[in-house]
Amino acid sequence: MTTTTPQQQDWQRLHPLSAVVRGGKLTIALAVVLVPSILLGRENASHGLWDLGAVAILTTLAFISWLVTRWRLDGDDLQIETGLIRRHSERYPLSQLQAIDIVRPGLARMIGVAELRLRIGGSTGAHARLAYLSERDAVPLRDQLLDLASQARRDEPRAPEPATAAAEHLLLAELPTGRLVVSMLLSGVGIVAVLVAVALIATAAVSTRAAVAAISIAGVWILTAGQLVWHRFNQGYRFSVSDTPDGLLLHGGLVALTTETIRPGRVQAVRMVEPLFWRPFGWCRLELDVAGRQKRKGEGREAGRRLRAALPVGTHQLAEELLDRLLPDRPRGALEPPPPRVRWKSPLRYRKLGWSRTRTCVVTRSGRFRRVTCWVPLGKVQSFREVQGPVQRLLDLASVHLDTAGGNVHAILRDRAALEASSALVELVDDARAARAAA
Amino acid sequence: MAAARMARGGRAYSGRVIPQSFDSVDGWRTPSPRLLTLRRLEVVGTALVLAIVGGVIAALGAVVWGLAVLATAAVLGVLVERTLKQRFSAWGYLERADDLLVRRGVLFSRLSVVPYGRMQFVDVTAGPLERSFGLATVRLHTAAAASDARIPGLDRTEAARVRDQLAELGEAHLAGL
Repeated sequence: MTTTTPQQQDWQRLHPLSAVVRGGKLTIALAVVLVPSILLGRENASHGLWDLGAVAILTTLAFISWLVTRWRLDGDDLQIETGLIRRHSERYPLSQLQAIDIVRPGLARMIGVAELRLRIGGSTGAHARLAYLSERDAVPLRDQLLDLASQARRDEPRAPEPATAAAEHLLLAELPTGRLVVSMLLSGVGIVAVLVAVALIATAAVSTRAAVAAISIAGVWILTAGQLVWHRFNQGYRFSVSDTPDGLLLHGGLVALTTETIRPGRVQAVRMVEPLFWRPFGWCRLELDVAGRQKRKGEGREAGRRLRAALPVGTHQLAEELLDRLLPDRPRGALEPPPPRVRWKSPLRYRKLGWSRTRTCVVTRSGRFRRVTCWVPLGKVQSFREVQGPVQRLLDLASVHLDTAGGNVHAILRDRAALEASSALVELVDDARAARAAA
Repeated sequence: MAAARMARGGRAYSGRVIPQSFDSVDGWRTPSPRLLTLRRLEVVGTALVLAIVGGVIAALGAVVWGLAVLATAAVLGVLVERTLKQRFSAWGYLERADDLLVRRGVLFSRLSVVPYGRMQFVDVTAGPLERSFGLATVRLHTAAAASDARIPGLDRTEAARVRDQLAELGEAHLAGL
């Protein structure tokens, strides 16, 4: 594996039961409807025949989709081909690999398969999906892909092989379930959910009929909120972060297990969020932005905007430790406050605004109710913008935006004195050039 | 050269002489003056359509309403026309050694800096109106969706030159994500 000569593998297929898992809820629904009627209900022969026909057609379709989908490793590229009538061949250069996820939904775990999701950087933010592979093959394949990716990029020498397997996985943080539950109760959704529940119980105490009516009216909302809460709990359950030679390893989940590997040097920006209600506990959430996280077709707004939480909820001390590892060169110490006249423009934000920098990293802080702190390595900045609105012109202020590839972290030097902003812009551009050259 | 820059208010930073601010740098280019004509034509066209609508309404009997629409069209047309020149002269771009600078906007003034190494692709577009004026818009794309570097109303030959220049510089400076 040390040679870089292009190796062409033979075509391989996915796990034969992929379609069952991909069908997801549909498969479960089908099983619930069909299995009893086939096993028990034989009073109507033609009806049973219809059922069998439907199953046969679906099975054939699933078989064809399995037959026409194949993948292989071709040198430094991953090649995936799908489609029967319209053949679709995709090539993903592993040198652009940002992160690999292993995703195992509940149904997939029952069957023993896993999905491999490769995040490739680029303006389209494409994902290469191998859904599904046998659980046994998924982890070795991930390691192989990571190996190939780091060989493809010569500028990231791999650490010498550690002596023991235990040294490879350095556990950085774990999330206790109790803290997860409390933090969720204290989040926006949690508080709304508690209020709604209390209101419903109160209504029910007065009149049961009114409560039933309320539930039937707001049923969809309650269901959606419940799903959201469940999703968050599912993601955060037994969450852990560890450091491996291949990058940062994020692992967690209750029913659906997710393991994400973020390659070293691929973090575009880091964000720390401190919601208002968490402040008494001194908790915060630490989020990473990786390239290729823009919203895509077929992905909901929520999913598109969701960042990888490196720490769904944790203490400040834990966050600092993680930050030390992610951005060793980050600015420390107090941030520079904005000029006092900013109070007229941003009264709520004024106390939280501030920024600071080193030659390679910028930190900005903002937020009206929750405090949001963003760190951006200067070498990763895609473009800079200086913006001055009408109110800012009146007060002789300006903002400098740092645009990053992730698109979810907005590092903004908000409301600085106009002179400070324009000279900061010049210096940051110059430092970013030096940081890119050094990378 | 360096001394001349220092004299214009530059200062030494990181061993290089850098300007106090990008506004004090020389060499800013502006879009073709035909862009201003194009924008004026657009405003006149819109006002004309509104005026015709007003006229039709007046002819149909609702004279007061028709006149009101006519008056609005006239007032809006004059107001927008007056800001056009300002907005036109706010546009500017500057090709430096390592990055492209684009400035725009009157009410919200913006100055974008895009390093050549961060450029993913450049595209040149020209709508039917632009094409009839021999103009084109050059747009730079980076991996960040928020990046906003667009230069409208370039002469077609200038647009082609800028595109080729940017593509070449992008190749030379290319940096990984």
